[in-house]
Amino acid sequence: MSKSGRFSFFYFSSPQSFYPLAGALQPWFAALAAILCAVGLYISFFVAPTDAQQGESYRIIFIHVPAAWMSMFLYLVMGFWSGVGLVLNTRLSSMVATALAPTGALFTFIALWTGALWGKPTWGTWWVWDARLTSELILLFLYIGFMALQSAIDDQRRADKAGAVLALVGVINIPIIYFSVKWWSTLHQGASVSMTSAPTMAKTMLLGMLIMALGFWMYSIAATLARVRCVILERERNTDWVAAEIGAQA
Amino acid sequence: MNWGSWQNFLAMGGYGLYVWGSYAVTLIVLIAEIAALVMRRRGAIERLAKYYAARRRNDET
Repeated sequence: MSKSGRFSFFYFSSPQSFYPLAGALQPWFAALAAILCAVGLYISFFVAPTDAQQGESYRIIFIHVPAAWMSMFLYLVMGFWSGVGLVLNTRLSSMVATALAPTGALFTFIALWTGALWGKPTWGTWWVWDARLTSELILLFLYIGFMALQSAIDDQRRADKAGAVLALVGVINIPIIYFSVKWWSTLHQGASVSMTSAPTMAKTMLLGMLIMALGFWMYSIAATLARVRCVILERERNTDWVAAEIGAQA
Repeated sequence: MNWGSWQNFLAMGGYGLYVWGSYAVTLIVLIAEIAALVMRRRGAIERLAKYYAARRRNDET
């Protein structure tokens, strides 16, 4: 609530008021993630049929595609909050960007790892230096670079600014990853889900993949909320409310 | 999808290594992240409690 008593959108833009909100929401997102992943895994292994061409190896898709989506989506969200932090100088925006990076990096790693394990039986190789794989690897380096740059600069505000510039420049890489399979010839297959054409997969395969994607999404929110709470405590340690919060916890 | 037996399920039509290698590493990564988050929170609370205690001692002297 704002001082006038009216609800304000900007109320939750202060770390002090966002901290308890994040704490209250986090378990719900974690529970949703657990339920969605359990249902998604059940469909992936016990409902979805064997693929006519790839046999059972295609079942990697249920984590590979959702992880790849999250790796790109989380980067866009990180870029967005970095940009907001840069323009409006809001501390919480930069803290959210900081909190998103490790989860984004992990999903990028999972996308690359599962891609290699899928590539070996289907293409005959773990890795090729083609456009899709290379740009996804660059995404991993962007996440790592963002985290390294932020932690290398002592002055927090300068660290946030430098990280934000890096994050924003790196956003260029996202459409490159996404459209790489169209723009360049590549071993990697085209988009699994298209907005413009009918699905090419069996309905249960598509359903399993979408539910897993929702599960990963909810997991990402839960992990980011948990991390942003740590970041808030660490960065706002010289405020009275964090001292009171720690006094109540310790 | 009826696998018939646990052996068939684990074999994944000959692709067991690739399928389970993918799922196992994903699971390990996510569990590691959750553990890291729990430890980070505990560590932050511990460190800050010490920090405030030191500050209080400083204020008294």
